[in-house]
Parts: sequence; C-alpha cells; structure tokens
Amino acid sequence: MTDDQLTSDRTTSGPVTSRTAQRLDELRAEGRAALVGYLPVGFPDVEGSIAAATAMVEAGVDVVELGVPYSDPVMDGLVIQHAVEHALAGGVRVRDTLRVVEAVAATGAPVLVMTYWNPVVRYGAEAFARDIAAAGGAGLITPDLIPDEAGDWLAASDAHGLDRVFLVAPSSTPERLALTARSSRGFVYAASTMGVTGTRATVGADAARLVRDTRAAGADHVCVGLGVSTGAQAAEVAAYADGVIVGSAFVRALADAPGREEGLDALRGVVGELAAGVRSVTR
Amino acid sequence: MTQQSADRPTTLAGGRQGPPEPELGPVAALAGAGPYFGDFGGRFVPEALIEALDELDAEYGKAKADPAFADELSALHRTYTGRPSIITEVPRFAQHCGGVRVLLKREDLNHTGSHKINNVLGQALLTRRLGKKRVIAETGAGQHGVATATAAALFDLECVIYMGEEDTRRQALNVARMRLLGAEVVPVTTGSRTLKDAINEALRDWVTNVQTTNYVFGTVGGPHPFPAMVRDLQRIIGVEARAQVLDLVGRLPDAVTACVGGGSNAIGIFHAFLDDPSVRLLGLEAGGDGVETGRHAATITGGAPGVLHGARSFLLQDEDGQTVESHSISAGLDYPGVGPEHAWLASIGRAEYRPVTDAEAMEAFRLLCRTEGIIPAIESAHALAGTMRLGREMAEAGHPDAVILVNLSGRGDKDVETAARYFDLLDEGAPQ
Repeated sequence: MTDDQLTSDRTTSGPVTSRTAQRLDELRAEGRAALVGYLPVGFPDVEGSIAAATAMVEAGVDVVELGVPYSDPVMDGLVIQHAVEHALAGGVRVRDTLRVVEAVAATGAPVLVMTYWNPVVRYGAEAFARDIAAAGGAGLITPDLIPDEAGDWLAASDAHGLDRVFLVAPSSTPERLALTARSSRGFVYAASTMGVTGTRATVGADAARLVRDTRAAGADHVCVGLGVSTGAQAAEVAAYADGVIVGSAFVRALADAPGREEGLDALRGVVGELAAGVRSVTR
Repeated sequence: MTQQSADRPTTLAGGRQGPPEPELGPVAALAGAGPYFGDFGGRFVPEALIEALDELDAEYGKAKADPAFADELSALHRTYTGRPSIITEVPRFAQHCGGVRVLLKREDLNHTGSHKINNVLGQALLTRRLGKKRVIAETGAGQHGVATATAAALFDLECVIYMGEEDTRRQALNVARMRLLGAEVVPVTTGSRTLKDAINEALRDWVTNVQTTNYVFGTVGGPHPFPAMVRDLQRIIGVEARAQVLDLVGRLPDAVTACVGGGSNAIGIFHAFLDDPSVRLLGLEAGGDGVETGRHAATITGGAPGVLHGARSFLLQDEDGQTVESHSISAGLDYPGVGPEHAWLASIGRAEYRPVTDAEAMEAFRLLCRTEGIIPAIESAHALAGTMRLGREMAEAGHPDAVILVNLSGRGDKDVETAARYFDLLDEGAPQ
C-alpha cells in the first residue's frame, strides 16, 4: 500500500516502550489525570504554532497533540476546520510538522501527531514514521484510520517505536473495543460523544461508560476527547479517565484574539483553567 | 456478491419483467461484494461510523437474499421509475461518430431525469428496513439530491441534503426542486464549497446522528458497503441494455461508453459486460480545460492512489496528499475522487478511461440536440464526446459497422441555463 519497504535493521526485537504511556503512568503515580492539548501545525503560521504549543506546555498541558492540516477533516467541527483552512491557505506543508514536532518535543512533553490518513499515504507510512521518530515525536493519532486498515502503520510504528492512538466511539461494539485496545499503544482515544470536535455544554454521559468498557476490553490507558472546554468538564472527566483531551477550546482562544500576543495570553488562560480542573481531582 | 440462482429469474437487478440475470462470469465475480476491489476500496472512516456501516452491510446482505426486497424494488422501477428504460438508435448523431451505429440507453427518461433514482429507491427501501426515519445525502449537480428528496417524499422520511454553496448557486433550480419535495437543503460553506465538502459535511452529520439516520450515498465511492451496494443497485442499467442490444442488433455491442465522475452510471452499465471480452468498456472523465492545464476532474487519468471519503482509490491530490479542487463545466462530474471499482477495472485493464474537455463535451451536447432532438445532461455529453472520438477511431481501423452503446445517464433540463450562457443564446435584456 505504501511505497516504502520496511528495512529490517530498523525493526525492534523487543516490545516498544510507549513514551506517552510512561508519562500517563507518572501522572497516575502523582494521583492525577493528564491534560492533552491539541493545536494545528501552521496556525496562525508555523512559527506561531511552535510558540502556541510551547506556551500550552508551560501553562500546564502534559501531552501535546499536533494536527497536520488536511483539506478534508471529516472528524472536525467548525473551529478546527477554519484554523486548518487558514493554515493551508498560508502555505503550510506536511514536512513543517516535523519542525514543529522537534521544537515542541524540546519542552519534554510527549508530542503526538494527529493526522488524517491520506497525507501519510502520500508521504509513505514507513517514511513518515521514520521522520516523526527522528524529530522526537512520540507517535500518531489517526482519526480516520481503523486498525482493520492499518497494516502498514502497525508495521511502521513497531519499526520506529512510535505510539499509535486509535479511536473508540460510544457506538463501538465490545469486539471492536477489544481490537482497538489491542492495536493501540500509548492510549486509546475515547470519543465522548457521537460527533465531531468542538466545545459542548456537557460532556456525553456515554463517556464514563465507554472508558470503563474500553478498559474492560484490555486498554491500559484511555483518554477522553470531544467537547471538553471548561475546568469543570475537565475535572469531571479526570475523575475516570487517564487523560482529558482539549482542542477546539484552545484553538478558539488563539483564533478569537485580536493579535498574536493576546492569543498566547488567552491560550495560557484557558490552559490554566483546564489544567486546574484536571488537577482538582485526585485519582 | 450473492450468486443468483438460475432457477430464480426474479432478481434484484432484473425484476419480474426484466430479462433474467446472467450468471456472473469470472471478472464480475472477482469484482465481488467488497470491501476490496484489488488494492482499492476498504473503510477509511472514523470508528464512530463502523457500527452503522456494519449494520447497513448486514441489512443489505439480508435484503439481497430476500425475494420480497427484489420484488418491491422491481415493482417500484416498473410503476414509478419507468423501467425498463428504452434504447434509442441515433443515426444522425452517428454520422459524427465515423458512421458507426450508436445506441443510447435512455436513463434520462427515468423519473427525476437520471440514473440516480435506481440507487435511491433501493437505499430508501433499506432505510425502512433499518427502521430509520431520517436520510441525508450529498449532491453536486443536484441530481442525486433531487432523487433522494423524491424517495424521501415517497417513503415519508425526513430528508437533509448537503450541497456546496458554490453548487447551490450553479444549480439553483435543483435547490428549489428539492425544497418543493420537502427536503431541507443545507449549503456547505467550508473548503472549496463543492461536492467534496458536501460529502464531508454529510459524514459529519452521520457521525453525529447515526442512530436515527441513514446516509444515502450517491455514487459507487465511499466506505464499504457503498461501492458494492450502489453498483448492485445501478447494475440494472447494463442488465437491461445487454438484452436490449442483443434483441435489436442480434449481437453484443463492440463498445460501451459512459461518463465517470464518482462512476455510478458507468459501473451500472459496464457491469453486465465485464465478462464479454469482445466489448470495450470506455469511461469518459471530465477533462475540464484540459488535463495538462491542471483544471480538470479526470481522476484516473490525472490523479494518483490515495484515500478520500472512506475508500482507497484514485484521487486528485498534491504532493502532500491534500485534495486538489477539481474543475468541470459539469457539476455532476466535478469531483476529485472516483469509485474504487473503477480504479480496479483500470488497473487490470478491463476498462479504459479517457478525459473529455469542457469544449468537446459541449460540442457533443449541441450535436445531440440538433441531430436527434434530445437535450442530454452535460455529464452524459462527455460520454457522447468520447463516443464521437471512439467511433471515428473504429471506423478508421476498419470497423465501420461497429456498434457503440452509450449510457445517456441524464437529461439536460437542469443544464439549460449553463448551455444558454455557453452558446450565448440569451437575448440581451432577458431576465437573468
């Protein structure tokens, strides 16, 4: 399916240690859940996205999720769609992701790359895994790739020691939860509700059940995303999940600000609120 | 695909009054029921949709095995669609095709004006079997939206149609048509504001409302089971036409031509001929301003393998895998992807695909109007233009008696305004 052959000298013999899972375990030992923060590469521009992701870590994000801008983001709501359109119109390239990963990984936080699958198909799954690993990335989150179709990526992520975060949804059957748990490394991304990214007044009641079921299906770590935008929501989710994933609320803070510095200030403010929410709950 | 038993001529595709469906030959059997067509197809969608796709796949499997489903669909086609659609020989047009014989399969005469109704009636029946009360669909030119809105009215289903804002402008009459039929039309204002973005928005709706909603996909693309299911529902075109041509000419056609956007009308007419090796299958893609200009929608000719809207197939993309905007005078072909079964047929060489420019299509459009009194859809005019070229090639190669079967997939009522502007037919000061 991809053009690149696996090179045998890169294949690890033992099981891959997940950097993201390690971080989640450290936080669990501290008695709390992680705050996972998403921002798209190239928004407002490449340098701006490095500054924003770095500010996010400084303000309390534990794990960074960097989005590769894509022309057809079917799992994203309007806030992220608009940010990504802006990034693409500004000329951001997939290879810019590597530079941003490298810069943000320097903060010490695990950096996952969130990407729709076609940019990786085009780049070559093996080459993409090689380059993300070389840049210091921890792995990929793949919203439109299910384990059933992920043969190339399973091999490439093993070869390069990368995490592979697949998603589960409230509609997932027990069999699919087990398949996804078995195929994931780092954590399983539990979509709190049936829908796309975006802030919501309430986090779906399905989320707690889904986390429980996903653990029962064999997942060691489960983080919850979709719809979380307030400290209270973060606290609610942090009570039962290994991590709280926030995206649209952070992107909106940047997008709504009149200028770059104001955007970073607004971002630090929202991250601070969410981080306090996560830290308010002892697990 | 379920093998049709020889002792049960009542089939999904043929129906009681239709011709008995032939046993599947090796190529058609290989095409199969998905999810893969060679290296193409699959399910590249969010996990949230998998349960709904499995449910649809299972229900479609049961429906295929249930004679009542075939009977009901067949009755609807007879009494509502107007099937079987007729074959019209077009000798005056054929003079512009090197003098070969040209036969049109008249899908333009179906209720709602195109082949799209074949698919939506089947999917509306499935929606009812699933116990769902709401349907959504994407539309480009508006033909699939109109067909879906029609089926929703007939089956008393709530209906929401997603249509790129750009297309709602280009096809304002079809927007009104859908609204008359009781559908809600949602203009999509993100991305390129065309068909691909309408599909994105429909997928987002489906992810959110999957428990109550069935997605009536309009073409042989998307995640499994859509490519195989829509193909099966369109297969009636070729099954009828094959028997009709045998009856009329006494032999099989030498070539079958059809336009290819997503590819549902083409796969519909090709499929019954897959195992007739003497029959050339030619798909005509929208070449826009010319493939060399980059402004086109010729996905197989000018694209590369990748993943879009749930399937691995050919698509128009840049070196980063970003979908590239397509261009065509025909809104129905203006799509940067193509169904995975076409990608496979191209890869094994069973079908060939060629581009037709806007200018060539409009010349064929004009010719069919003037020589035969038939106003085709601009989409179908691409098939006519490809037929003109192919006919001349065949005549020059020493086959002036060749027979070409063309799928006239739709009528041109919706395109009158576009054509009037193109040919400068509007009087000055005429109301816009």
